[in-house]
Parts: sequence; structure tokens; C-alpha cells
Amino acid sequence: MKVAILQMEGTNCEEESFIAFRDSGFEPEYVHINLLKPGDLEKYNVLFIPGGFSAGDYVRAGAIFAARLKAKIWKDLKNFVDEGKIVMGVCNGFQVLIELGLLPAVDGISDEPQAALMVNDSNKFECRWTYLRRENDTIFTSKVPEVITLPVAHAEGKFVAPNKILEKIEEQKQVVFRYVKPDGSKADYPWNPNGSMNDIAAITNPQGNVLGIMPHPERAFFWYQHPDWTRKKREKGDGSLIFKSLIKYS
Amino acid sequence: MLKAKIIVRYKEGVDDPEGKTIKHALNLLGFEDVEDVKVAKYYEIKLSKGDENEVEEIIRKLLVNPVIHDYEVRVERI
Repeated sequence: MKVAILQMEGTNCEEESFIAFRDSGFEPEYVHINLLKPGDLEKYNVLFIPGGFSAGDYVRAGAIFAARLKAKIWKDLKNFVDEGKIVMGVCNGFQVLIELGLLPAVDGISDEPQAALMVNDSNKFECRWTYLRRENDTIFTSKVPEVITLPVAHAEGKFVAPNKILEKIEEQKQVVFRYVKPDGSKADYPWNPNGSMNDIAAITNPQGNVLGIMPHPERAFFWYQHPDWTRKKREKGDGSLIFKSLIKYS
Repeated sequence: MLKAKIIVRYKEGVDDPEGKTIKHALNLLGFEDVEDVKVAKYYEIKLSKGDENEVEEIIRKLLVNPVIHDYEVRVERI
């Protein structure tokens, strides 16, 4: 399973992501957008867009990264998704996938965004651990228990979509994770850190091969990255289970 | 030469957390009659050759997410 980890000015989670993929049995490689040419994606099974502040988050988070990808390799990207290969975006990467129209893509890939990840309700950068409830069965979550903890770190993570789109997302079981309280019940602030509609933290496309997730699985890869590591025994970090699920699928 | 003046704002009904924070700050500063603040982004873009269509394309390809934004554009020949 070859993984292309996309880089651009301002991405900053590529190293943790590289380690997470490598230690889970994938073969990751860095690919910088400036060196990316049409046809380059063909040899990869997974395209990963890491977190960070691509292009300084100017205009809107992820908008410039998305516009540049679209200008360079839009056709290749669409083919990649249509062939059923895996695309995964974390945090800033999720914002890019939304801006591209690869998510939520309720009726297939759309040329215009169908949703937005907008400024948090708190108008602040929210950096905290969140509790996430696994919602629907996907290739990314087969090894994930019902509730896990992962950290968020973003200023623009509030998932919004027109009602019609939101209904379709729910109907087509595209929600992968919802923010919840520690006991698993419905979240309010600060458990839902940004005010996302329906407490959405992660979604896939209807086919289930494109995942966008605001919290960072690569930042909870090792057991000692969890703040409660002295109290709760884990063999691996919760985030590693997502990578483990994916490698099992391949 | 052409200069495009573009204002990108949230659609009616979309929350504006920055506006809310500024409203709160103004109230605290003693401007108690401030009822609402809305924040928008303003772009001035100069083009050496292009026309109105190029401006629209720029807006559509980068500046606006139609799910949450409305925009106003004014084009001047300079």
C-alpha cells in the first residue's frame, strides 16, 4: 500500500502522519504539490492530505490548497476516487477535501463545494482532546471501538451544510465520527469544540473511500501521547486504530 | 488595466463569530447601543489584461464558498 503524503507551504503534520503510516505497515512517501504532475498519482493506493496551515489559511482554510490541486490534477483526482482508491484528509486536509467537492459529494463529486468548515462558534483556535463516537461502519473504523479520544487543533472546523445536503449525509450514513460527552451522550460546547451541525467530526463520501476528519489520529498514535496514560492502560494510541483498520482492508 | 473591488460576506443566516466577538467588545467599551456587527473580507485585484469574466472566475475558483458566502463586485477600468 503506497501512500502519497501531500505537502505544500504551511502543511505541518506530515512527519507524524508519515510515521503513523509507516509503523502501520504502509509505504509512505512525501509528494510536494510543486513537483506534482498529471499521472503521478497512479502508482499510489492512498492519497493523504495532512493537517497544517496551507498557504497561511488565507482566504479560507484549505481554499488555496484545493484551488491549486484542482488546477493541477483535478482529472487525476476524480479518477483516483472513482477507481475506489483511498483519499484521507485530516484537519486542514479535511478542509481541502470539502473545498474540492470530494466531500460530502452526496450525489457524486461536485465541482462546487457542498458544505463548509467555517470559523468555530467560539471564534477561537480550539486545541483540546475530544471524545468521538463511531457512527457507521467504514474501512477506516473496523478496528475502532465505540468511543475514542483524539485531539483537535483548529480555528475553522465547524461543519455546516444546507439542510438538504445534511439530510442526505445522514441518510447515506456518511457520518463516521460525532463529538460526544465523555459518557457518550450528545455533546455541547466544549465537547463539541466548534459548533459543528449534528456534532459532525468526520465524514466519508457515499462510497466510503474518501475520509475527512477534523481531529488528529496521527497525534494519538502511541499510548504515551494520551493525557491519561498513567491512569488508563492502552497498548496503542486510539488514533492508530484508524490506520490499523485501513491496512487490514488492503 | 482593470481593478476589481470585491466584498465577500457571510450569507444571511450564517453565524458570524468574529462579528459577535467584536460586538461584545464594543459593548464592553461603552458602546451599549451596538446591536450587531458583521465582518466581511474586501479584496482589490488588479488585472493587466482580463475582463469581467476573469474576475468572476477568480471569485468562483478561490474567493467564495457558495455554501456560506455572498459577494459583491465592482469593476473599474484604470
